[in-house]
Amino acid sequence: MTPTRPPGRPAGDLISPAQNTWCPGCGNFSIEHMMKSAIAELSEEEGIPLENFVIVGGIGCHGKLTDYLNVNSFYGIHGRSIPAATGICLANPDLKIICHVGDGDIYAEGLDHLIFAAKRNSDITVVVHDNRVYGLTTGQYTPTSPTGFKGRSTPGGITEHPINPLELMLAAGATHIARGYTKKVRHLKDLFKEAIMHRGFSFIDVLQICATYFNLTDYYNAHAYELAEGEVDTGRFESALGKIREWDYDREAPIALGTFYSVERPTYEEKFQALTAGRPDRRALVRKVIEERR
Amino acid sequence: MGEYSVLIGGKAGEGINTAGLSIAALFSRLGYRTYMYFDYPSLIRGGHNFAIIRASARAIGAHRTPVDVLLAFDQNSIDNHRERIHSGTTVIYDASQVVEAEGYGLPLDTILNEEKAPRITGNSAMLGALARVAGIGREVLEDVLRESVPAKHLDANLRVAGRGYDGADRVFSVEPLGGPALPVLTGNEVTGLGLVHGGLESYVAYPMTPTSNVLHFLANHAEGLAIKVLHPENEISVILMALGLAYAGEKAAVGTSGGGFCLMTEGLSLAGMAEIPVTIVMGQRPGPSTGLPTYTSQADLHFVLNAGQGEFPRLVVAPGDLDETYAWSATALMLSWKYQVPSIVLTDKTLAEGAFSFDIDAVAPHPDQEPVLWDGTGEYRRYARTGGGVSPLAFPGREGAVVKANSYVHDEAGFTTEAVDETIRLREKMLEKGESLSRELAGYPVVRSYGERNAGATIVCWGSEKWACIEAAEKLGARVVQPLVLAPFPTRAFKEAMIGAGRVACVENNATGQLARLLRQHGFEPGRSVLKYDGRPFAVDELEARLAEVFS
Repeated sequence: MTPTRPPGRPAGDLISPAQNTWCPGCGNFSIEHMMKSAIAELSEEEGIPLENFVIVGGIGCHGKLTDYLNVNSFYGIHGRSIPAATGICLANPDLKIICHVGDGDIYAEGLDHLIFAAKRNSDITVVVHDNRVYGLTTGQYTPTSPTGFKGRSTPGGITEHPINPLELMLAAGATHIARGYTKKVRHLKDLFKEAIMHRGFSFIDVLQICATYFNLTDYYNAHAYELAEGEVDTGRFESALGKIREWDYDREAPIALGTFYSVERPTYEEKFQALTAGRPDRRALVRKVIEERR
Repeated sequence: MGEYSVLIGGKAGEGINTAGLSIAALFSRLGYRTYMYFDYPSLIRGGHNFAIIRASARAIGAHRTPVDVLLAFDQNSIDNHRERIHSGTTVIYDASQVVEAEGYGLPLDTILNEEKAPRITGNSAMLGALARVAGIGREVLEDVLRESVPAKHLDANLRVAGRGYDGADRVFSVEPLGGPALPVLTGNEVTGLGLVHGGLESYVAYPMTPTSNVLHFLANHAEGLAIKVLHPENEISVILMALGLAYAGEKAAVGTSGGGFCLMTEGLSLAGMAEIPVTIVMGQRPGPSTGLPTYTSQADLHFVLNAGQGEFPRLVVAPGDLDETYAWSATALMLSWKYQVPSIVLTDKTLAEGAFSFDIDAVAPHPDQEPVLWDGTGEYRRYARTGGGVSPLAFPGREGAVVKANSYVHDEAGFTTEAVDETIRLREKMLEKGESLSRELAGYPVVRSYGERNAGATIVCWGSEKWACIEAAEKLGARVVQPLVLAPFPTRAFKEAMIGAGRVACVENNATGQLARLLRQHGFEPGRSVLKYDGRPFAVDELEARLAEVFS
């Protein structure tokens, strides 16, 4: 996968030369291209330098995106993108930090970090590649697989219910919650742009088809619809909750796509910035602390 | 006498630790060097806590069994310490609690009632009585209280201390030494300050004894030291946040103990593969699992040397006192950045929560080190293969650079690869970096020795056992050799230090002789192991007796 040409920088040419190894028909292609476009457009429209974008990935098919986009990246480990992203944001709040995570990656192994980042209102964007199956480990169930799902580790079908990640995020304190679908690419791109520009913790669950292990294209096409203007009051918890509960990732129901909730609250990183501002002589400060103890 | 030992004991929640520090301050005020060992079970109220404060004209870092003064808030504080009482011991006790004792009984209930003072001021009565017994002037006592007690409680404490002072008689006289009054700090505090000296900008930790106080101390001084102090949801998050901070250019350290370090090992491996600097303060306590949470141990040496999957270079340092803690915490952080490797400052409860007189002017700081930064020319490659295995750093936000950190095997630009040649080149780059670090360390005091080279007997030790060994060695006419860096192991310096070692004993706070095992791995014969594994550090006299058997 060694790139054969140097990384190019112009906006719109953000695909790296790394060889792509996703399966044909994978939903990740939509996410990759819409993320690329979102970054390029935000850079042009909002004047955000391309070098200020950072992609953070975990482990799974989604993680390969860190290689495929020619922007700063931190290709981390399973479930741990979010604390790394929070650290990056603490060090440099000017950066636009986008965690690309998988549903197994973040709802299983990394769930505590996800909840706490929402609770803290860390100024990061989390894009969940929710294909509701473990792809790279060849087809086991995930926290959002529907009841009865037969995977390689659960051949008899699972008896547990999927979690509704949007409901979980609303309860945890996320300040921006949306859902997208990989077959609705333009809509997806707009959701990305909106989430990245949101100041605070933004969360997008992307219904992503897995062409090899769990292709829900027909199901999603039959049920998904875009939220109309004013259909949900995004500033009201109860309004968002009602719409979020319309579909529980299990039973047959209409599947709303769009932004469910978006409010402004102080971010986690804000209060820390003053502490390290300027370049103080810390050794003099050490002396002072010791002298106070005499 | 020239040196004094005082024990203060009572129930948890009575402020024994604080009282011990005030006692240390009392001696410090007179120019003495002090050391305090604090012993407490894992409970919040009740049980039995005690502190032994030793004061001497010379630097010390260990306690002895016998004490000159015993201050007892309850019967346990006498019954549990009978072996410490000798003919010269003065006992001062709370006559309202203790039923059977000989010495000065202070009726604390009556005193506190009459002075309308809160229960916690009982400590000041004990401090007052101690001052009187030790022939220390009332003005010195009041001075120490003025500095340690918040203004609104000062009057009550002064009144109660006065009652304690009047309730005893002078037994001996602690002569002022005329030296400077050195501040008394704990290993945890000095670890934090050393990290800041080394360039720390953020400290991230989840509470765990015995390093919680690094977190508390730095959080209390976050503004004063201009650092960020963060307490996230668990240790996994702690180390990942630190790696995120470092990736984005900010120097970060984390603190924990064995159990938390278990959770950090995946982040440690990530730091190794992605070549992201991080400093881990690892305060040992007895394991496995929860073990003895508030006691001490040196049983995690091989854990920290081998933690994480795969192979990658790391720096492991084990300071033995405050001077070394200050210098090596700073150096661990600086070398971590220079070589982009994880570094571990290995302490233990004895050092971390022990209090010592600290003379920062006597610390010989190690040289400053700077990370290798990208010069901005050409195309940036995060893992560029340069001489020495160290790739120049750039951070996200830097114009003209795409900074790709990667936990996967990666090429020079940071793109994932599974190619044979790239895998080999990456592995060799990491090994080369370890070699460079090893060469750099040859210029540092990585192995220290004390005593005459022709002593004929040598005590090898590491970490907090250093000072008990130095004192025991003086008594027995032996030499002490203390490796301070345990990875990469300083083979040459250790070999040099062991020339003419004679009979060798290896002193450790564990049950299997972990340093001895490490020495054998590097081709050295560690001699006889002298081990203590009850969760308590060696008292000097106890160690002397154990070593006398080995060297006789």
